[in-house]
Amino acid sequence: MNPFRKIMEKPWDPSAEESAMALAIGPGTQYAGQRLMLHIFLVIVSVVFLLMFATFITHSQFPGFQPLAGEPWSPFANTTALWLNTLWLALSSLAMHVALIRLRHDAATQALWAMLLAAFLAAAFVLAQFSLWRTVSGMGYALHGNPANSYFYLLTAVHALHLLGGLFVLVRAIWLLWRGAETARMQTSLSLSTTYWHYLLVLWALVFFLLTRSPETYRAIAVFCGLG
Amino acid sequence: MTHIPFADQPHEDHHPTSFVAKYVWSQDHKVIAVQYSIIAIFVGVVALVLSAFMRLQLGFPDTFSFINPNSYLQFMTLHGMIMVVYLLTALLLGGFGNYLIPLMVGTRDMVFPYLNMLSVWFYFVSVLVLLASFFVPGGPTGAGWTLYPPQTILPGTPGHEWGIILMLASLAIFIVAFTMGGLNYVTTILQARTHGMTLMRMPLTLWGIFTASMMGLLAFPALLVSAVMMALDLLAGTSFFMPKLVSLGDSLDYSGGSPLLFQHLFWFFGHPEVYIVALPAFGMVSDVLATHARKNIFGYRMMVWAIVIIGGLSFLVWAHHMYVSGMNLAFGFFFATTTLIIAVPTALKVYNWTLTLWQGNIRLNSPMLFAIGFVFTFIHGGLSGLFLGNVIVDVPLADTFFVVAHFHMVMGVSTVMVLFAAIYHWYPLVTGRLLHEGMAKLHFWLTFLGAYAVFLPMHYLGFLGVPRRYFAMGDTLFLPQSAHTLNAAITVFALVLMVVQVVFIVNLIWSLRHGPKAGHNPWGATSLEWQTPDVPPAHGNWGARLPVVHRWAYDYSVPGAVQDFLPQNMPDEEVERLAPDTDSAVESKS
Ligand code: HEM
Ligand SMILES: [Cu+2]
Repeated sequence: MNPFRKIMEKPWDPSAEESAMALAIGPGTQYAGQRLMLHIFLVIVSVVFLLMFATFITHSQFPGFQPLAGEPWSPFANTTALWLNTLWLALSSLAMHVALIRLRHDAATQALWAMLLAAFLAAAFVLAQFSLWRTVSGMGYALHGNPANSYFYLLTAVHALHLLGGLFVLVRAIWLLWRGAETARMQTSLSLSTTYWHYLLVLWALVFFLLTRSPETYRAIAVFCGLG
Repeated sequence: MTHIPFADQPHEDHHPTSFVAKYVWSQDHKVIAVQYSIIAIFVGVVALVLSAFMRLQLGFPDTFSFINPNSYLQFMTLHGMIMVVYLLTALLLGGFGNYLIPLMVGTRDMVFPYLNMLSVWFYFVSVLVLLASFFVPGGPTGAGWTLYPPQTILPGTPGHEWGIILMLASLAIFIVAFTMGGLNYVTTILQARTHGMTLMRMPLTLWGIFTASMMGLLAFPALLVSAVMMALDLLAGTSFFMPKLVSLGDSLDYSGGSPLLFQHLFWFFGHPEVYIVALPAFGMVSDVLATHARKNIFGYRMMVWAIVIIGGLSFLVWAHHMYVSGMNLAFGFFFATTTLIIAVPTALKVYNWTLTLWQGNIRLNSPMLFAIGFVFTFIHGGLSGLFLGNVIVDVPLADTFFVVAHFHMVMGVSTVMVLFAAIYHWYPLVTGRLLHEGMAKLHFWLTFLGAYAVFLPMHYLGFLGVPRRYFAMGDTLFLPQSAHTLNAAITVFALVLMVVQVVFIVNLIWSLRHGPKAGHNPWGATSLEWQTPDVPPAHGNWGARLPVVHRWAYDYSVPGAVQDFLPQNMPDEEVERLAPDTDSAVESKS
């Protein structure tokens, strides 16, 4: 039934034809349930980040706000380190994708290797982010220094926590697959993890973008969103 | 790929047998629901006792030595927070949501039973953390349930060291618990409905719970974000919300933060929260009214849309709580407008409840009395809300007892009325026994009249200018002596009102053993939860086969049918029709 019909239904007069149609649909599958839950969860995470972004943009319009990029001496004037970290995460996402395709072709061993690689790259990303923290704080940009610094630590930390959560699930899946779990079952689990991985990559790209803008761009975003 | 449908999930066949597996670490939605409810009612009683302390102080100042200005603020904060979050949200969604969703959609359990179990345990921990704040140095936070910075974390506010940390931690844990539960509620309703249960055949209770869960999932993140940022301001010295300021003569290290930002975040959660509490109540009261008036709910589709529209709009009105924060006037105008627009679907619902009663075959039993009581108190609280929604009326009335009267009427008393209606309505299903009707009616009349006696005069105090969140009025010149007398009277009524609740608790416990056996479907209700093979429903709910749904949930007094009601799982062949001539006679009568 199409969605419009669903909400235009007149439940009090079930004509025989509509009743029969209603009987045809029934409980969904476990996979459909898990996928739906993941999608809702991603919406929730997006709300969390959107709210942090919105407050960040608001802060960027207050006097005394010192963006982390823009001036030559600021920590993100040179974004090479950030791009490098992005590379780890992007490769990790790619490996997940490969693993999923290999599993669909019933090549469990290859999939296992790809998953291991993905987990390794994701862990590398988290470590690289951590070393980025060390660099930035070493340059004198402490957590409590300026709201821009605070947001840098906050956003990357919350993002990394989500990745670590995903890593936990992935490692469990690797373990199960290694112990010879059914490929059909692992396929559903892996396809959900892959979605999550791609999502976190996009999210990181947004965080990256937002942290490295110039004051003029912040101004433009703020005006565009009505926060200026 | 082979996918397992929910209907045949393997976990049904190993029924838990040991006491611990059955009642403590249970994954059965019905046990979890009862666990949620018991914890919620317990903290609710704590919050009630706290309000008794406040009322004692307000009615009889300078009498009680254990209440000082600090502890007054602490009682007030914990009372407000517990009532709104830890009692109402948890009882309506964790308690009733858990119990009713799988039964009403005709499935065996929640889609993710393990997550559901974690949810109740996280909730339990959040309550423990919250209550622990009474025992830490400095006591619980006294910042008001809105927790506005900067004062929340500055010296001078009670509990600014430990209390506030525990409060923020407890809220964060609660949000995790709620998210695990909410994901279950939404997914179960969308994915696990049995054959024939289309969305538009669901009882309104489910629509209310569904919309509220969805809203909770989207609104609680705002509270989480603000709690995390506030905790960083407090512990790590960041300046998300803290401006440059001088406190007790010292210039603090903060600079550049914005307290106003917190207010926006808080109310972006806070206003939807009001409807997270109200929408399940709206849904449940609709079903109670229809069942006990033996009539279909008036305007079912309109009711569904009203619930969904209210849910959506309530994300656009948050700043009506901030008219006095110095915001831009154009903003104020925008939010006043959206606030008044939201009154339209709300008023529609009130009309439809009233029209459901019209010419119904009303049974004035205890659930029905509470449901009708709700319609009264809700109209009342809604009307004062229309006043406050206008900037120009709100500015003088904000921070007076008029506001206290308004929100207690609309979300305190009304919602509690529905909770009582729902408990009296569904208790026979949960326990297999009916409650004592005499005690129930006594409980209703004393609660209903008592609530009016307590909260109606507060409107008047508000007009006089009595401020809220004040420990004592002292010799304030603009307050006549009568205001003090009135305050004393309110306190007496409030104490009576609280003592009356003992009747309810006694009834709950006494009837567990001594109530008359309920049997199958004592109210003659149509929705699926009453059609289980066992009462109370057994583990797995449905025995060997899931029910199949043939009709909507409101086939009461159907013209032409012999039966007074047609359960949702009754196929058309089983409906006994009247002979054609008597049929027309019935029709012309109605
Ligand atoms: C017999 C029942 C109740 C009594 C006597 C009572 C009494 C009070 C009193 C005296 C205050 C403090 C007012 C002030 O000084 O500003 C208060 C605040 C409050 N109450 Fe209740 N209350 C009751 C039930 C409820 C319920 C059921 C709710 C659920 C919504 C609720 C929610 C609140 C909230 C949110 C506050 C505001 C706290 C704050 O300002 O931070 N109350 N109540
Ligand atoms: Cu509001």
